[in-house]
Amino acid sequence: MNSYAYTLLIPLIPFFVFVSVGMAEDKLKGKLGGLIGTAGLGIATFLSYFTAFKYFISDHVAGTGYTSVKAFEITWLHLTDKLTINLGVLIDPISVMMLVVITTVSFMVHIYSLGYMEGERGFARFYAFLSLFSFSMLGLVLATNLFQMYIFWELVGVSSFLLIGYYYEKPSAFSAAKKAFIVTRFADLGFLIGILILSFNTGTFDFKELTNPHGIAIASMGGAAFMGLSVITWALIFIFIGGAGKSAMFPLHIWLPDAMEGPTPVSALIHAATMVVAGVYLVARLFPVYSQTGPAALQVVAWVGAFTSLFAAVIATTQTDIKRVLAFSTMSQIGYMMLSLGVSKYGGEDGLGFMASNFHLFTHAMFKALLFLGAGAVIHAVHSNDMNDMGGLRKYLPITHITFLIACLTIAGIPPFSGFFSKDEILSAAFESNKILFGIEYFVAGLTAFYMFRLYYNIFWGHDRHYHHTPHEAPLVMTVPLMILAFGSIFSGFLPFHNLVTSDGLAFESHIDWMIAIPSILVGVLGIAVATIMYKKENALPDKVAASFSFFYRWAFKKFYVDEFYMFVTKKIIFNYISRPVAWFDRHIVDGTMNGIANLIVFVSFNIKGLQSGRVQQYAFVFVGGVVAMVLIFVYVL
Amino acid sequence: MSLSDLLTMRNELLLTFLAMILLTIDLNLNHAKKSWMIPISIGLFLVVTLVGFIPQADQTLFGGMYHTNGLIQLMKNILNIGAFIILLQSASWLKTPANANKISEYFFLLVTTLIGMNFMISSGDFLMLYLGLELATIPIAALAAFTHFNTKSSEAGIKLLLSSALSSGILLYGISMIYGTCGSIYFDAIGAAYANVPLQVLAFIFFFTGMAFKISLVPFHLWTADVYEGAPINVTSYLSVISKGAAAFILIIVMFTVFKTLAPLYKNMIYLIAVLTMTVGNLFAMRQKNMKRFLAFSSIAQAGFILLGILGTNKMGMTSVVYFVLVYIFSNLGAFGVVSAISAKTGKEYMDDYDGLYLTNPKLSLLMMLSMFSLAGIPPVAGFFGKMFLFTSAASGGYYWLVFIAVLNATISLYYYLLVVKAMFINKNEQPIAFFHSDGYTKVGLMLCALGIFVLGFWSQVYEFINGLTFGI
Repeated sequence: MNSYAYTLLIPLIPFFVFVSVGMAEDKLKGKLGGLIGTAGLGIATFLSYFTAFKYFISDHVAGTGYTSVKAFEITWLHLTDKLTINLGVLIDPISVMMLVVITTVSFMVHIYSLGYMEGERGFARFYAFLSLFSFSMLGLVLATNLFQMYIFWELVGVSSFLLIGYYYEKPSAFSAAKKAFIVTRFADLGFLIGILILSFNTGTFDFKELTNPHGIAIASMGGAAFMGLSVITWALIFIFIGGAGKSAMFPLHIWLPDAMEGPTPVSALIHAATMVVAGVYLVARLFPVYSQTGPAALQVVAWVGAFTSLFAAVIATTQTDIKRVLAFSTMSQIGYMMLSLGVSKYGGEDGLGFMASNFHLFTHAMFKALLFLGAGAVIHAVHSNDMNDMGGLRKYLPITHITFLIACLTIAGIPPFSGFFSKDEILSAAFESNKILFGIEYFVAGLTAFYMFRLYYNIFWGHDRHYHHTPHEAPLVMTVPLMILAFGSIFSGFLPFHNLVTSDGLAFESHIDWMIAIPSILVGVLGIAVATIMYKKENALPDKVAASFSFFYRWAFKKFYVDEFYMFVTKKIIFNYISRPVAWFDRHIVDGTMNGIANLIVFVSFNIKGLQSGRVQQYAFVFVGGVVAMVLIFVYVL
Repeated sequence: MSLSDLLTMRNELLLTFLAMILLTIDLNLNHAKKSWMIPISIGLFLVVTLVGFIPQADQTLFGGMYHTNGLIQLMKNILNIGAFIILLQSASWLKTPANANKISEYFFLLVTTLIGMNFMISSGDFLMLYLGLELATIPIAALAAFTHFNTKSSEAGIKLLLSSALSSGILLYGISMIYGTCGSIYFDAIGAAYANVPLQVLAFIFFFTGMAFKISLVPFHLWTADVYEGAPINVTSYLSVISKGAAAFILIIVMFTVFKTLAPLYKNMIYLIAVLTMTVGNLFAMRQKNMKRFLAFSSIAQAGFILLGILGTNKMGMTSVVYFVLVYIFSNLGAFGVVSAISAKTGKEYMDDYDGLYLTNPKLSLLMMLSMFSLAGIPPVAGFFGKMFLFTSAASGGYYWLVFIAVLNATISLYYYLLVVKAMFINKNEQPIAFFHSDGYTKVGLMLCALGIFVLGFWSQVYEFINGLTFGI
């Protein structure tokens, strides 16, 4: 069983890179820090691919299901005999898949950043943080139990905070980092509450015990109800809140667009491919629990996912900052994954949604990382994030142009690109479960094609702007990752996910349902066609459309005023009517008491000095007095 | 008794042998070569320490007077490691001209006390315990008075001797009562014969005060301040770390085995003493400006925390006490090591002298900060876990209020530990202590401490290992 013990190295190598590069930051001249980081991650990537090969192919006995393997586990904290906190490495289909996703994208981002971040102050620091993030994310997916996952979950939050705030001299970057941290931290509170309720009722943190569909843990979860839902359902909803925070689901999504203040490779790594799918991973990890004991919680997951995908897609059609368009598109796509998990059932073909969600997670990681890195190359060339400053770039950035186009076709769901296959599975799963959700996703698919091609045309077509200098193609170190990811975007759709990553580990038959696929292709083509008409050549049409829907357009452009609403609630209501009185109470009553106690302690401390006179006879007196006092206590008190 | 039986006592025998060898070598070295004693002694001591880690079967000797098992061996190893670090830290002080002729005396006395402590921990009856205790105490008095012509040092020696005579008298009185009422001084026999006769309770109190004196629990602590201040700094650290640790070990063994039946009675008393010790220790520590006195008083407060584990009277209590002492040794020796290094180089011992130390000696400051954090119990360094396990053990015994008071005291201690950190990192100083290079011994000693503080915090196997050994007690 322990032939997987080496997998422990996969998270540990980035960790050591983080420690060594972080400590020697000042001494690493030039690109040395980046090269060390990239080399470390290269090894981790190799090990991950090897693990995937070993787990899915060489160790797999044909005709049997995939079982989960605990490659390594130690007891980290032994609190009581019943309550221990373990750290370990869990190998199962989804964790191996995530290993591949994380290391691939992270490795690409590491290479890409060698060019993108060149000459930035704190180049080595950037790589140290990237390694810290990779370590945390890998630790998260390999966690053997909920508590370990929570620890790494928070570490991921911290490293994301550090990376978003990388340009910490910039106030906007700094406040975006704070916002991301606070919002996700707020959601993590839900996660923690969920963990505590769940483990209190089941008596374990361990995933293997928790998710065994015939195990004691799931069987023990009936019981008490609260407000019409069972306690376990509540626990699962709370856990989902944590996942929704990290995955930027409505209404906890507000941090993601702002997080685009971080360097673009960071957005590609964290806010497209890895951290933001942690919520999906969390639900997938606990999927047997969700599907066996909390179908109501799954309903919540599905509807939140569907709503977010629609909501974000609508906003994405109006944004002009190219990274923000991508951010909203990410939210929308993660909404798909959540929806897909939400409509899934456990086992066999009923688990289509589970498989589709993971499939889409995989393909999305490839094409969204590609989009972000392509956007990075564009920003690198024109020194602006705004699509109004761009146009006609296809002449100057041929490689970026082609790869970006591939990514756009992929996300629009055009065959034979990978996005078509994974999206088709999601739509099939939704179709079998709930026609309304299916309808929403159909519409969103069209919107997605539309706003992606709006982005594409605005960047690469139209006429030239006044560029400070002629835009030039990015160096090879940046374009090679683009090409590799484009390759992944094209071909990852042919991976037999239904044989590999399924809800119960068993393979099932899956085929493309053309009754669903053909309309979805058509809707994608329609979106692209509308975008082509409106944006390929500059014309007055977009403005006219915007004007005719002016009210709706303004709301979408302002992101439906969710931020403003939060601001109003926190600043006007909570600060004024709750925080101020509490602060007053804290300053005058609590601090007053504390200062009083502190003064008293200082006073007593000053006045008992006399005891320490330096006279041994007095010491002896106190000593004997102590003995006598003890005897008296024994005789009279006890 | 065969030779192999005798080898059961390998720690004591090796240390005795070491003490003899050191004296012999010293006699044969001419005056100019006396400083060779430092590497020789430290090297040989390291060998003895390492031998202690060879696993050994549990055994009983001399009809039950001496016994050893995995836990006892671990306790001895812990003391050896601590003593080894202290020897390393003493090197630069011993090299000063004033000590040139007394190097081997220092090692000899220190090793002798360690022999006493080993016998004390391994004792199976009260006579052996008492002999070990005295063997451990009297040479320390000589060590405390090591700086002959310094009146404070002489005063420390004589005060320690007088106070310990008093406590030994009371302890012996208690042992005689135990013998009188139980008809035996063997731990195994007494445990069964204890029936809460008033005289037996009295005997327990007398025994307890004797040990309380060694661990410096309030109100039996008054000797500590003067002795700690007067004694040379490395002796102070030995007294407040190793000597205290050894006494805590034997106390917990005796409390958990011999006086187990008394537990319902003595719990409230220990409760009271724990509260007193933590609080008074803290109140005194807050006011200290001399680093030695400061660490001495703070170590009184730390001793109060040990009582929380004793109150737990369960397996976890025992484990957490051993673990706490282990962590405490590294943390406190880290702090003492820095104070000793600075004192040996510059003679400065006051907290004000440490202002701005970070700018001139960043590494020492960082280690000092680490030690302070560990002593204060800030996660994730080892001290946090040491305290956490003690608190958990007391809480599992139902002593919530005691844990609450202990947490309050930990907070107060945080205040004064941070004062040191503030002095080093924040306070401005016109003339900070100039940068200096420590010698190799000091560096190794300090690095061991830093390593201990980190590793013990993160590497849970240590706790699990101790937990495995305490099983069955």
